[in-house]
Amino acid sequence: MEGLLLSINSAVAQGVLWGIMTLGVYITYKILDYADLTVDGSFALGGAVSAILIMMGWDPLLSLLIAFLSGLVAGVVTGVLHTKLKIPAILSGILSMIALYSINLSIMGGKANIALLGMETVFTKAQALLPAGFDKAMVSLSIGVVFSLAIMGILYWFFGTEIGALIRATGNNENMARAMGGNTDRMKILGLLLSNGLVALSGALVAQSQGYADVGMGTGTIVMGLAAVIIGEVLFGTRINYFFRMTSVVTGSVIYRIIIAIILRMGLKSSNLKLFTAIIVAMALSIPEIKAKFIKPKINLEKAE
Amino acid sequence: MLKIRNLTKVFNIGTINEQMVLSNLNLHIREGDFVTLIGGNGAGKSTLLNIIAGVYMPEEGEILLAGEDITKMPEYKRAAFLGRVFQDPLMGTAADMEIIENLAIANRRGKRRGLSWGVTREEKTKFQEALKILGLGLENRLNDKVGLLSGGQRQALALLMATIQRPKLLLLDEHTAALDPKTAVKVLELTQELVEKNRLTTLMVTHNMKDAIKYGNRLIMMNKGEIVYDVSGEEKKNLKVTDLLEKFGSFSDRMLLA
Repeated sequence: MEGLLLSINSAVAQGVLWGIMTLGVYITYKILDYADLTVDGSFALGGAVSAILIMMGWDPLLSLLIAFLSGLVAGVVTGVLHTKLKIPAILSGILSMIALYSINLSIMGGKANIALLGMETVFTKAQALLPAGFDKAMVSLSIGVVFSLAIMGILYWFFGTEIGALIRATGNNENMARAMGGNTDRMKILGLLLSNGLVALSGALVAQSQGYADVGMGTGTIVMGLAAVIIGEVLFGTRINYFFRMTSVVTGSVIYRIIIAIILRMGLKSSNLKLFTAIIVAMALSIPEIKAKFIKPKINLEKAE
Repeated sequence: MLKIRNLTKVFNIGTINEQMVLSNLNLHIREGDFVTLIGGNGAGKSTLLNIIAGVYMPEEGEILLAGEDITKMPEYKRAAFLGRVFQDPLMGTAADMEIIENLAIANRRGKRRGLSWGVTREEKTKFQEALKILGLGLENRLNDKVGLLSGGQRQALALLMATIQRPKLLLLDEHTAALDPKTAVKVLELTQELVEKNRLTTLMVTHNMKDAIKYGNRLIMMNKGEIVYDVSGEEKKNLKVTDLLEKFGSFSDRMLLA
């Protein structure tokens, strides 16, 4: 039992760090209505950039910023492929993702992983500052919460601005956005850029917290992000205030990690994890169709009148 | 206000399906004109509207709006001058956004958008006043999602959104065709009201010959990519549906099906 609690503890911390990635997926998938596969590459990109900079002696906090910027670039590439060169959305993401695999490898100097053993990260720095009682998971959690709260605040503000509203309109009804004078290509690029920036930042934080970056660390990011977004939606609904929707997305990420921790404890082989996740997401995405086919909605006569 | 010279549009160039939709079309709409545009299926009415709006680029010809050449201007840029309402009520509004947000986006048509707040306090009162004109009670539902509205309500809102920033030209593409007859009449009356109140230059495509005669001061009939009939003033006022049918009979019986 104690072992389970411990693993749940670290699952929560990991969930919040991955939750920043989920916010990025939320921007593309829910706001822009665009399933962006670039994130598999940009998550690892963030990790690779941050790790190599730390190895080169950079400040870990500064390396997070550079990782974020590198993610922005990845998003722009996908956006240009899709909007200017008219490559279908999914394929644009796949192309960026594949290209990023090679790019990430060369960023890491041709090695498949970089260990940050004994190097200073934002987590070791914070641990030194915090009281002695804080264990590793607690430190990760605190940093994750600080980052995600700040990001949610910024996103809440941004999507309330004139430009932010136009991005939402573009995702909702591109035709209307253009008729209202919106440069929808630019709005899509902007959304993709922001999303991939956050995903790369999340990758950098995860790399620093686990103590290594791996070229394969981004595999399945999009699926995990979708899982978290869907879990958040199922639990909290969609009729809630915008800020709470973002909170529900991060919470979804935490719950996803807890579920994973529990089933691993129950004896699922970790090599089957991705299969399990794919099944969960496939099931969650098919719920509306299954509901419509097999469950007849009850008509509330009073309400219908 | 709008001058179209020698406009030609061909779809599927170089394929077996090549089709000339507009051929050497000339049109001059004066400021304050309310033009109704009729014609059978495939006459090129919607294509003409879409070319004016910038959805399609013409193969030849030029379009001048208030003296400015907009022939090559991208759709989103010329939206600054154009108000548009589409046939499909779902197309003109963003369903998952609130009524007030939709109006705020419409209110910024043709303006530079920045990082200031998407809806201002002054706008809220402005929108409430504007929504009252519709007479649908939407002024009390500012924070409702547009997706909750009926087709007619959405189309009325789309109309308001197209005109809240006074456009140089209002383009209506069969905007009542998807509505039930009663609602269609209401939306048309509202159109008339908004056009008169703001003295808008308007180009309205319709399939309904009665409406084409009843509304506006000028009527244009298209067939196979050409303007075949153009009346205005007294002559138009005295038109009857039978006159139009007769006129049209000389071109095609298809019109009867429309």
